[in-house]
Amino acid sequence: MDYMTLIQLLDSTVRLATPLLLACLAGLFSERAGIFDIGLDGKMLAAAFFSAAIAAMSGNVWLGLLAGIAASLALSLLHGLASITFRGNQLISGVAINFLAAGLTVLIAQDWFQQGGRTPSLIGGARFNPITLPFADTIEPMPIIGPLYAELISGHSILVYAAFAAVPLTWWLLYRTRFGLRLRAVGENPAAVDTAGVSVIGLRYAAVCICGVLCGIAGAYLSTALQAGFIKDMSAGRGYIALAALIFAKWRPWYALWATLLFGLFGALETRPDVIEALIGIKVQGQLLGALPYVMTVIILAGFVGKAIPPRAGGEPYVKER
Amino acid sequence: MDVMPKWAEVVLVPLISLVLAAILSALVILGIGEDPVAAVKLMVTGALGSTYGWGYTLYYATNFMFTGLCVSIAFHARLFNIGGEGQAMLGGLGVALACLYIPWPHWSLALIGATAMAALFGAAWAAIPAFLQAKRGSHIVITTIMFNFIAAAVLNYILVNMMRPKGSMDPATARFPDATKLPTLHDLLAPIGINFSKAAPANISLLVAVAACIFLWVLIWRTRLGYEIRAYGQSESAAKYAGISPVKITMIAMVISGALAGMMAINNVMGEAERLVLNATEGAGFIGIAVALMGRSHPFGVFLAAILFGFLYQGGAELALWTSIPRELIVVIQALVILFTGALDNMVRMPLEKIFLGIRNARAPKPAEPAE
Repeated sequence: MDYMTLIQLLDSTVRLATPLLLACLAGLFSERAGIFDIGLDGKMLAAAFFSAAIAAMSGNVWLGLLAGIAASLALSLLHGLASITFRGNQLISGVAINFLAAGLTVLIAQDWFQQGGRTPSLIGGARFNPITLPFADTIEPMPIIGPLYAELISGHSILVYAAFAAVPLTWWLLYRTRFGLRLRAVGENPAAVDTAGVSVIGLRYAAVCICGVLCGIAGAYLSTALQAGFIKDMSAGRGYIALAALIFAKWRPWYALWATLLFGLFGALETRPDVIEALIGIKVQGQLLGALPYVMTVIILAGFVGKAIPPRAGGEPYVKER
Repeated sequence: MDVMPKWAEVVLVPLISLVLAAILSALVILGIGEDPVAAVKLMVTGALGSTYGWGYTLYYATNFMFTGLCVSIAFHARLFNIGGEGQAMLGGLGVALACLYIPWPHWSLALIGATAMAALFGAAWAAIPAFLQAKRGSHIVITTIMFNFIAAAVLNYILVNMMRPKGSMDPATARFPDATKLPTLHDLLAPIGINFSKAAPANISLLVAVAACIFLWVLIWRTRLGYEIRAYGQSESAAKYAGISPVKITMIAMVISGALAGMMAINNVMGEAERLVLNATEGAGFIGIAVALMGRSHPFGVFLAAILFGFLYQGGAELALWTSIPRELIVVIQALVILFTGALDNMVRMPLEKIFLGIRNARAPKPAEPAE
């Protein structure tokens, strides 16, 4: 495998890891506050549709992004209503949200565009276009560093850079601010937070809303940056891979970055069977490679390679003592 | 102390949830510029207006009975098995192996053999997450989700690389031999003079599904094991104190659950397609969640809910055929049913409890029996 192939492979790794990373951080906020969220996939899907639809109609991708975030946020609030206010089962609520998004996006897409559940292809300003970083053209002819900078680091859409910037930001918010301390506490021991006079319900809603915004960006990235338009079921289970990455990362932001990059690499390799064959000498089936993130997550969950312990109060609605 | 009388708990709460889901579905249909009344009429004539429609409705209902029971038995042990889809896929593999590689002399023997294989494969696929939950404490919801994806990948691999007949491009097995052909409802009802549609796929598996409903009712409410499963589901600590092993109950409940999901394959793989194709389950494993929630995890409730979803499925297919409403409408209805009967249960329950409490306080100032 030559250097250029490696750069190309890593380049598509970054592209494929971005939506996973955003969704993984989204799940991290929610689950760290004690709200399980298996509705990440549905929220991404809803956001992907609404951002592509509004971008197609207005020609402005930023309006699309806002619409996507709004759609994802609406589903987040529904999840909050069911699991925080009405103390329902968070897992069942997540399942419902996934189906709601899968059905409604096609229904509305068919009503608005009559193209069999897809949006028109996005062109020009209706998409997030690649950004060329400064000096990319000057550095490009240089050996080793040139392609690395021009191909791998430069030339992504702004959402990719935003996703990578979200990692230190999440870390700082969770571990260096009062809000982060309270948010983590509410996922471990909500009664203690309540005793300290801080609203458990308020904190959990805040976490669920942050989750909604991040999922919204992830969805918008799918339809307006990675691809040019919405197609039916385009999230393709990425929400579940993000969930797997979250467990893999043991609910920590920096590990989330590495986990999603690893899963992104699997995705990139899936499209390049020739590379794998050259690398390890055996022909590996794409289908089996696609299942690797799930298998690895099960192994991690089983505690054979380092135990993943979820936030203690996760999944349980908080009932105030009387 | 129960705040509500039993009939309100069993009938009123699910009914109100269902009405709420129906109202919202009607609003969705209105929202996309179609007439909900006309849509319902078309669904009723399409799904129930002919023996052809009934044949499809009952065919889908058979699938949903199996997957609904699968989710229900796990619910009784307070386990959420989202893996019905993957377990049903593996059940399909078991059916395909049984039908293709064993020379059955008669369909009745083939049905017994295929059912056993389907149950075995489904149970095995559920046993791994169950073991990991019971022994290693890995969350069963996450592992069963992961196992759905792994099952899809494994099946894809096996169909493409191993079981696909030579020269065929289709990722599917060869057609099953004629001896394994199950009698359809047309064949079963013809001797007693009922002329049932020949084209509809409903078959003898329906009777197996009904038998499974009865079996599960007996198991849950009339056996010691069922009592242990329910006790474990109500309170793990109390069950432990009573000498019930959590590991044993988790394993048994999940193995039965997986076996039921796997058995769905005798309907869709052996009864209808007569070969194993990719994505044979078509999401029936997930509809089982809605069916179990709506049926309140009671086998009779599951039976009714499965028929309702069979109707919705067939009606939705007719809608997609004759109007511009896409099939995905059914997914939305399914989501709303899960939302209202599952996640937003307390939204319906809390005000109802207040009303019943008010009635009781008005009728009996002293402590008394719950007002009927």
